[in-house]
Amino acid sequence: MENLVEVVDWSRWQFALTAMYHWLFVPLTLGISVIIGIMETIYYRTRSRRWLAITKFWMTLFGINFALGVATGIILEFEFGTNWSNYSWFVGDIFGAPLAIEGLLAFFMESTFIAVMFFGWNKVSPRFHLAATWLTAIGASISALWILIANAWMQHPVGMEFDPAQMRNVMDDFWAVVLSPVAIHKFFHAVMSGWVLSGVFVTGISAWFMLRRRNHAMAISSIKVASAVGAIGMLGTLWSGDGSAVDVARVQPMKLAAMEGLYDGSCRQAISAFGILNPDKKPGDDKPAFLFNISIPAGLSILATHSVDGFVPGINDLIEGRAVTPAGDTVKTESYAQRIAAGQRAQNALRRYDAARKEGDTAAMTQAAAELKADFDNFGYGYLQSPAQAVPPVAVTYYAFHIMVIAGGFLCLVLALTLWGAFRRHDLLTKRWYILTAIASIPVVWICSEAGWVTAEVGRQPWIIEGLMPVQAAVSDISAASVQTTFWMFAAVFTAFLAAEICIMTRQLRKGAETDFENEK
Amino acid sequence: MELEYLQNYWWLLIAVLGSLLVFLLFVQGGQTMLFQRFTESQRTMIISSLGKKWELTFTTLVVFGGAFFASFPLFYSTSFGGAYWLWMLILFSFVLQAVSYEFRRKPGNIFGTRTYDAFLLINGCAGCILLGVAVGMMFFGAEFTVNMGNILDHGSPVISRWAPTHGLEAILCWKNLLLGVTVLMLARTLASLYMLNDIADDAFGARLRRQATINGAVFVVLFLAFLAVLLTQRGLTQTDPDTFRWTEYKYLHNAIDLWPATIAFAAGVAAVLWGIGATACRKAWRGGIWWAGAGTILVVISLFCYAGFNSTAYYPSLLDASSSLSIRNSSSTEFTLTVMSWVSVIVPFVAAYIIAAWRKMDSVKVTATDSAH
Ligand code: HDD
Ligand code: HEM
Ligand code: HEM
Repeated sequence: MENLVEVVDWSRWQFALTAMYHWLFVPLTLGISVIIGIMETIYYRTRSRRWLAITKFWMTLFGINFALGVATGIILEFEFGTNWSNYSWFVGDIFGAPLAIEGLLAFFMESTFIAVMFFGWNKVSPRFHLAATWLTAIGASISALWILIANAWMQHPVGMEFDPAQMRNVMDDFWAVVLSPVAIHKFFHAVMSGWVLSGVFVTGISAWFMLRRRNHAMAISSIKVASAVGAIGMLGTLWSGDGSAVDVARVQPMKLAAMEGLYDGSCRQAISAFGILNPDKKPGDDKPAFLFNISIPAGLSILATHSVDGFVPGINDLIEGRAVTPAGDTVKTESYAQRIAAGQRAQNALRRYDAARKEGDTAAMTQAAAELKADFDNFGYGYLQSPAQAVPPVAVTYYAFHIMVIAGGFLCLVLALTLWGAFRRHDLLTKRWYILTAIASIPVVWICSEAGWVTAEVGRQPWIIEGLMPVQAAVSDISAASVQTTFWMFAAVFTAFLAAEICIMTRQLRKGAETDFENEK
Repeated sequence: MELEYLQNYWWLLIAVLGSLLVFLLFVQGGQTMLFQRFTESQRTMIISSLGKKWELTFTTLVVFGGAFFASFPLFYSTSFGGAYWLWMLILFSFVLQAVSYEFRRKPGNIFGTRTYDAFLLINGCAGCILLGVAVGMMFFGAEFTVNMGNILDHGSPVISRWAPTHGLEAILCWKNLLLGVTVLMLARTLASLYMLNDIADDAFGARLRRQATINGAVFVVLFLAFLAVLLTQRGLTQTDPDTFRWTEYKYLHNAIDLWPATIAFAAGVAAVLWGIGATACRKAWRGGIWWAGAGTILVVISLFCYAGFNSTAYYPSLLDASSSLSIRNSSSTEFTLTVMSWVSVIVPFVAAYIIAAWRKMDSVKVTATDSAH
């Protein structure tokens, strides 16, 4: 393949494009389905026409959003095969299972009951309808669970071993895959952040009703539900975000170093609160890492190790194989040059194994298999030419992470304020400055959520599976031009549909503002 | 449990999912009728009737893909990465479908209702024909090679390599296309039968009855042609783990050797013919969809059995026979298949709630006074 690098880059762009589009719609599905479930439960209990109208209003927005979530999701699933076909074989024995389980357990549930939810108002009993609404919400979360188990496994592969005869990894412990702490944190973080996003979305739109002085009571009712869900979501997001940070420090220290722009780590390591990176900085040189930086002393040690004195390695420490013990002594760890050498040994052992297998020489096979096993942890490093290749794009990872955290802090304040306004001081919600802040929070929460994924995924580079397989070994044998063509096709189609979705949504909002929620049937 | 049993079990499950998918393609078949000469209110009834079902077809496609990935990952890797353009075109057409039902009548949808209807038409035709082509390759082969050792070749690490046309050649192969068009006509027939059952409108019912008869007749002719091609086709027999041998009349042999499948096949054909024929003759009868649907499912399951069982290569390589995929050499491990088999215990529950919801939703028939979603 003469243009391997190009194929890899376009495949990465294509996956990033579809995943990021998918994630525009998915978190809203995850959260708003819960909000609607609560609203319909209130209607079911009170039989109030207002709550029925409110439920139906948000349900319409949900439906418009859901369509694009489905459209982008199908592409993602098949892209593992179309664009990452080597990956699909190399780890398909492990990675395919959660995908299939997701389909069986979640997608059928979602798509069956969402049809009841939208078309069943006059066809099924109110009780059955309510159940369908909740089952749709549960289905969405189950789908998140299994796909995030799959994603967590790419960040931290567990529960498997390598089978040299088939040249692939095979699963040997299903529960290790499912119950991996990385997966648990990821699940709660992604779902809870979906609640935050939806809470902020519903609040922002309700605030806009206030601005137009329309449907005051409907807006307050919606904000009550939304701010409660959003606030619970925020607590869950903070808890699991903290857990994720500890996971990253433990299983992907290079990612953490990139997230912080940290080259030379220390005990009592400060965290960067806000900074501008030096674009000329390279690993190993002595230029300053930041042009400007405000930092919090010992913050990173606390975040990553839950201890003030914890050592957090920087990019240079990892490359050179250096760590500091709790007692303060500098010790040698495995350097990246050593890892690359080990990876090459592993790959050579696999070559010998394969040759011996073809000749039927079992003694040589056993010998080669043992050597392979000894160095297998670094198998993926054998594909790298230099330690620098193992460093993810620092700038993207750093800025994405900080955008998420700063935006998250801002949203924390907005939600606290909203909660207070909704349950204690209604007049706050009618203040112009509050309304404008609530509306402005809508784009902020989306940026926050996307930035989280950019952190997670760009920070994983160059690996598609941490330490085992770099992206360039994972692709399909297709031409860069083909992937480029499909990339632009997707970009055009998704963008056109996103534009249509936004237009339809705004029309629905205007219509909602004209609706009389008290007397709707 | 033993690996071979698990492989057979999963191939059968794939067959069941595939057959349900083909049956549910009636949604696509119905979409191809949107530009025929119907009144506005009839078009609205078509959309109302299909609109509550399209997600089921869509989800079945997704789960079919996921289940194939988990149980036969080498197929996923080889076919999707190799026949890139074929699969991409299929996926595009489904993207168009997913938004169209929801957006077509909404104010502010930018492109206008007719454009979304055209998207549905595209998905209807392309979805059926191209999925047929994709399945066709399981009998008529494809141009690829597989070599696991490539993974250690840093300059060119991909294990499966495909003809440079990447799936376009499969679309141009007349045998694959024949199957594709057959699937399309079947979908249109099933769509007519389904709507005849779901829509309570006498004038429209009469139109649909005629549609079912005409499409059904064309389908039967095409299907017989496909059957003739298939039974005279050569295929690959796996003689030991690494060798495949070309066998003349392979699928005819399979039809004889796998006689239980052949009984199911015959029963399925009879049911489809009865569904179409009785709909044409008995003026008040609306049950054709159940006969034709059940028959379709039986026939497709049997075809998958012919493709995969009896030591057959279900993905024959035309470039290098030993690269071909069989259910023995392309599956997940015993461990994973066992895990997945435990998961498959929930299939009956999933089927039960889908059927329950379907019956509840269809107990009220679509009429001309319904508004389209
Ligand atoms: C945290 C949640 C989450 C994440 C990270 C992802 N998804 Fe997703 N996905 C959902 C949560 C979700 C959802 C909320 O459950 C959706 C939205 C619409 C739907 O049916 O389910 C969905 C839809 C959806 C569909 C269409 C389902 C249908 O037929 O109804 C597919 C095929 C995928 N997703 C596949 C993927 C893949 C391959 C992903 C990884 C790259 C992915 N999703 C990330
Ligand atoms: C839906 C939220 C997600 C978003 C927004 C997202 C975002 C991204 C981005 C930006 C990249 C490109 C990284 C780069 O190449 O520099 C990427 C790559 C990738 N992601 Fe995700 N991702 C998401 C979820 C997932 C999940 C759940 C999985 C797996 C189950 C996954 C698997 C992959 C793969 C296979 C690649 C391509 C290979 C690579 O570049 O490493 N992603 N994603
Ligand atoms: C302010 C406190 C927050 C902290 C400390 C935090 C921490 C993190 C960390 C460390 C990751 C990377 C996980 C990984 O790479 O595996 C991450 C990812 C992510 N973040 Fe946050 N986060 C915070 C707030 C938010 C908020 C408010 C949102 C959205 C509303 C959000 C959305 C996401 C998403 C969607 C991901 C990718 C999914 C994942 O990897 O779990 N985060 N976050």
